Amino acid sequence: MTPFTQHAGVAMPLRRGNIDTDTIIPSREMRTVSRSGLAAGLFAPWRYSDPDARSENPDFVFNQPAYRDASILLAGENFGCGSSREHAVWALLESGFRAIVAPSFATIFHNNAQRNGLLTVELADSAIDALTQWVSADPQCNTVRIDLDICTIAYDPHQAVLSFSIDATTRNMLLNGLDEIGLTEQSMDRIAAFEERDQPTRPWVYLEER
Amino acid sequence: MATTLFDKLWHEHEVMALSERESLLYIDRIFLHERTGSVALNSLLENNRVVRRRRHAFCTMDHIVDTLPGRSDDTLMPSGREFIVATRSAAHETGIQLFDIADKDQGIVHVISPELGIALPGLSLICPDSHTCTLGGLGALAWGVGSTEAEHALATSTLRVIKPRNMRVNFTGALGSGVTAKDLILYTIRSLSAAGGAGYAIEFVGPAIDALPVESRLTLCNMATELSAFTALIAPDQKVLDFCRGRRFAPEGSVWDQAAAHWQALRSDEGACFDAVRQIDTGSLKPQLSWGTSPQHCIDWDDSVPAVSDAPDEKSAMAWQRAQDYMGVTGGSQLSDYRLDAAFIGSCTNSRLSDLQLAASYLRRTGHRVAKGVKALCVPGSGQVKRAAEAEGLDDIFRSAGFEWREPGCSMCFFAGGESFGQGVRVASTTNRNFEGRQGLGVRTHIASPLTVVASACAGYLVADTSV
Ligand code: SF4
Repeated sequence: MTPFTQHAGVAMPLRRGNIDTDTIIPSREMRTVSRSGLAAGLFAPWRYSDPDARSENPDFVFNQPAYRDASILLAGENFGCGSSREHAVWALLESGFRAIVAPSFATIFHNNAQRNGLLTVELADSAIDALTQWVSADPQCNTVRIDLDICTIAYDPHQAVLSFSIDATTRNMLLNGLDEIGLTEQSMDRIAAFEERDQPTRPWVYLEER
Repeated sequence: MATTLFDKLWHEHEVMALSERESLLYIDRIFLHERTGSVALNSLLENNRVVRRRRHAFCTMDHIVDTLPGRSDDTLMPSGREFIVATRSAAHETGIQLFDIADKDQGIVHVISPELGIALPGLSLICPDSHTCTLGGLGALAWGVGSTEAEHALATSTLRVIKPRNMRVNFTGALGSGVTAKDLILYTIRSLSAAGGAGYAIEFVGPAIDALPVESRLTLCNMATELSAFTALIAPDQKVLDFCRGRRFAPEGSVWDQAAAHWQALRSDEGACFDAVRQIDTGSLKPQLSWGTSPQHCIDWDDSVPAVSDAPDEKSAMAWQRAQDYMGVTGGSQLSDYRLDAAFIGSCTNSRLSDLQLAASYLRRTGHRVAKGVKALCVPGSGQVKRAAEAEGLDDIFRSAGFEWREPGCSMCFFAGGESFGQGVRVASTTNRNFEGRQGLGVRTHIASPLTVVASACAGYLVADTSV
């Protein structure tokens, strides 16, 4: 997993609430048993006027030249709701996004993001509104800088930086690009000890090898 | 100290605390399917890891496999075969139990796990699928995860989880006739909003819950993810114990007795403290129908579609406008004003035997047939459901009323690039999501109970069954 420490880039506003993972990457765009090859399917229902022909919908923000290299997404509440597909995170990463800023995230999406080094930042709606306004004035110049070390978002030089809070564990995982499985594997003896004390109390859990 | 049911289950599965809010939880059961489970299994193999307890992991083919009679590994979804073959070979290589296409117990993951006794009260169960919360209806601690988390659980029998807060939703009043668990959950989402459960594990309580049959509890908990909740739970009672007894992977003999005693103690203590409490009066609840593209866009079936000008704020107004444009409905109209093109009975929400019985009883009672021009499908949730339904002659009732009778699977609950209803088609559906494009490009999904869907299919427009 790529660590996340600092990142600066173009921010793309897509401020609708309840953007679901079916929209982020529709099922039909998940064509193989793989984590890659998903970028072209990102936001397909909105991005293309005809998804099969890949004809672009010029009104969709991602198709506008100023946002084509966006790496930060400014979204609405409950971002990533719906299906648990981790492909939504993989498609965003493959398309160059490193961070999503929204008033709130769906839990499974948030967990998937964290496990892949995609930062999710929760900020008040009004703060994201202000950020959106500033970015939209000149997206290529008005870039946004996120620093996970000190948990801040800096944008307009005339504004004070925005602080955000993030769970300490999540922050640590992201900063160090930790592989969770590897981490847990260091506690295998604790897991075995749990099973030993659990088995007499809940024997029905432990299905026989047969 | 008085403790909530969720906190008890959390504590029971806690291997160790990782930080103030995060714990390493023991995962009793892992269920996979060919859509997202295949990715987890493949990744595990690529990383040279093994399934730590292969008897605790299961896999089914439900999402991509066709539901047409005579199906095979070839699918209407382009490249679907690749998923099926890859899943099968990974399941064999890792040695986990697979309910393959021709297996008599094959079916939708959340339908077969209770059916087979893989999900049981108090067990922790994860699946890379958001509707895993369904199993909270048995009192299981079950939630949806991503593929990477599923891989973590396969390799270590555990997950690192940040503890959600506790919410209790108390349903007062009884359900009227013709009003189902589906209406109850749609009304709950409408009342609390699609983000209303975010950050919470919800416990459903109240007289309406006590009265619900077990399969209806599964329907209710199924859509907790549409509240953005971590999961939902209902304390197991005698009905649940009776439901679980004798299932294929359920304990037997003295171990059963021990389990049953343990499960009966799984309830929130008197005076347990919840971080949030919501009250919902169900006494005057009417059948619900969705009008828009979020499960919170629901109304009483005979109410008008809300006018955009009545939206509480500018952002909702924009969302409502988008939804109405997509759905081809206008504020102030009635949903019965629109011609219906299709009807779908199925999905992990409403494809169990009692759902099919309810829909079939309408056909039997009224003698109605599917209206001309309406394409109607009934897709049983599992092989067991299908056989039980056929033994009662339900397949004949559906077929002679004009429904297609399918093989078990997710079918057109979601669109994977294969079979779909078609652009602009208006569908009454017993599924759980009415997102744009969920059932196919441009498909307009109205979610409802099986009773409302069958009544609408016969009427040719959206309507609840008022004959009960
Ligand atoms: S029936 Fe639909 S919601 Fe349920 S698991 Fe299958 S695709 Fe998902």
